[in-house]
Amino acid sequence: MTDEAVEVRDIVVRYGDTTAVDGVSLTVPRGRVLSLLGHNGAGKTSLLQVCEGFRRADGGTARVLGLDPIDDHDALMPRLGIMLQSGGVYPWATAGEILRLFASFAATPLDVDMLLDRLGLRKFERTRWRRLSGGEQQRLSLAIALVGRPELVFLDEPTAGMDTEARHTTWQLIEELRADGVSVLLTTHLLDEAERLADAVVIMRAGVVAATGSPAELTAAAGIDLLEVRADPGLVPAGRLADFKVTESTPGEYSISGALDATAISEVVGWFAGAGAQVTAVNTRRRTLEDVYLKLTKADRSGGSGVDVVKVRGGHAESSDQTTGERVHR
Amino acid sequence: MSGTFAPAPGRAPVRSVVASQIRMELTLTARRGEAVVLALAVPLLVMLGAGLTEVTNVPGDDRLAFVVPGVLALTVLSTAFTGQAITTGYERSYGVLKRLGASPLSRPGLLFAKTAAVLGLIAGQLIVLAAVGAAVGWRPHLEALLPALGVTVLATAAYSGLALLMASLLRPEATTGAATLIYVLMLAAGGIMFAAPDLGTAGWFLLPLAAHAEALRATLSHGESVPLAIWLSLAAWAVVMVTAAAKKFRWE
Repeated sequence: MTDEAVEVRDIVVRYGDTTAVDGVSLTVPRGRVLSLLGHNGAGKTSLLQVCEGFRRADGGTARVLGLDPIDDHDALMPRLGIMLQSGGVYPWATAGEILRLFASFAATPLDVDMLLDRLGLRKFERTRWRRLSGGEQQRLSLAIALVGRPELVFLDEPTAGMDTEARHTTWQLIEELRADGVSVLLTTHLLDEAERLADAVVIMRAGVVAATGSPAELTAAAGIDLLEVRADPGLVPAGRLADFKVTESTPGEYSISGALDATAISEVVGWFAGAGAQVTAVNTRRRTLEDVYLKLTKADRSGGSGVDVVKVRGGHAESSDQTTGERVHR
Repeated sequence: MSGTFAPAPGRAPVRSVVASQIRMELTLTARRGEAVVLALAVPLLVMLGAGLTEVTNVPGDDRLAFVVPGVLALTVLSTAFTGQAITTGYERSYGVLKRLGASPLSRPGLLFAKTAAVLGLIAGQLIVLAAVGAAVGWRPHLEALLPALGVTVLATAAYSGLALLMASLLRPEATTGAATLIYVLMLAAGGIMFAAPDLGTAGWFLLPLAAHAEALRATLSHGESVPLAIWLSLAAWAVVMVTAAAKKFRWE
């Protein structure tokens, strides 16, 4: 299966008695961006470390560019770009020295000056690593990952500690990588980052995959979760509306939540008409990736032992979204 | 695919990869003040202080014949052991070893580059110190150079092994403390600046610095051969330490 950039199956990673990754499978097709999303401690970095060959998995198989990350380490490394979450650089070396060192390892490296300019590091060329701010160190780490013209890059929380401007520069860069045919596996806990960059998102929770799909699929699967109706104040929900949670937040502003498919929405609006109310506005609010994410990850915190895997393919949710939802509202 | 970032992966020729890493190692060593002091200032001070003045009590009439080889041995200890233990400990904790091991340099390349940098550094230091010694009146027997180099290679291997072992087992702060303490203890007990209590053959096995210094005195200062017990001691230290380091070495 050499046409996949990364293919991991049933990966298990343990630290003593703690299982950090518990049977995770995922695939990064060539030239695509996959985002691993999850809280700190969800197992993202551990999984990445297996792919990077830093750690041998306690179970399962990992193939990276068709190779074994540990057995084929030396053949694989020139083809990878690795950005660690922190460190990895001599504190006393300057930004320019470090980037040129990594460039000298590659057969046909990118132009170092171009990279320094693109990442806004030119003025830090003679600054030592330990004098750089966290965001500047992140940008240099990204430059190090890219300088060898890799086929595949692993980015562990690439924009952590960056200011807004640097974050947008980095996002543009990652979009450009994808356009130029580089495969990307990145971890993040920023939802807008995942939503903007990723072809596919894998949400991890406590070492397992909680959901996979494209950002659009993940949000569409959750459907419309809120209907806002503006009508006459003081209406008392009854009849068909009893199946929904209705709140009148301010007089005349009704928020209706529940299982809102097309039939349900027409019933709700129909009830208002039947009650003789003058409806002046109807708004639907679709779930964002953040809602999906919070729902999936909160379910874990409220002590849910069951694994509610939401697998999304072509817009169909294959397993119970509602179970998770109820647990959240409890 | 075209475009700025279009993939074109590949490793530069191994020789140039390793050469640029060696250059980086040497640049960083030169940049660390305490490393430079340990590498040259301390040995020079000891050599000129103990060799040219009567501040310490040394055996024999020829002070330089006693002191200069001792200082050469001390320099090997400071660079191959103390310096390397401290740097490796910090590089490990900063994630540098891990990161470079996962670059096209590769782990064997990194180890090779570090070894080459340390050997080059030691060679340079010994040449400078021997030249200063000769300038102030030390008269080495150059016909005994080969066995002197032999024991020096063994001592370097033993010290490097111990350095990497400590850096793998201890936190960097603890490594720094322990490596400095061992350096000072060896300096005091090894008979470098002043005559230490003679422990005989046992002393050579306990204190590799004393064995190395004595071997350099026998060869370079007196044109004699290296005592068999010293060959055995240094070879044993080298084998044990390098084996232990190879078993316990940690990249992160």
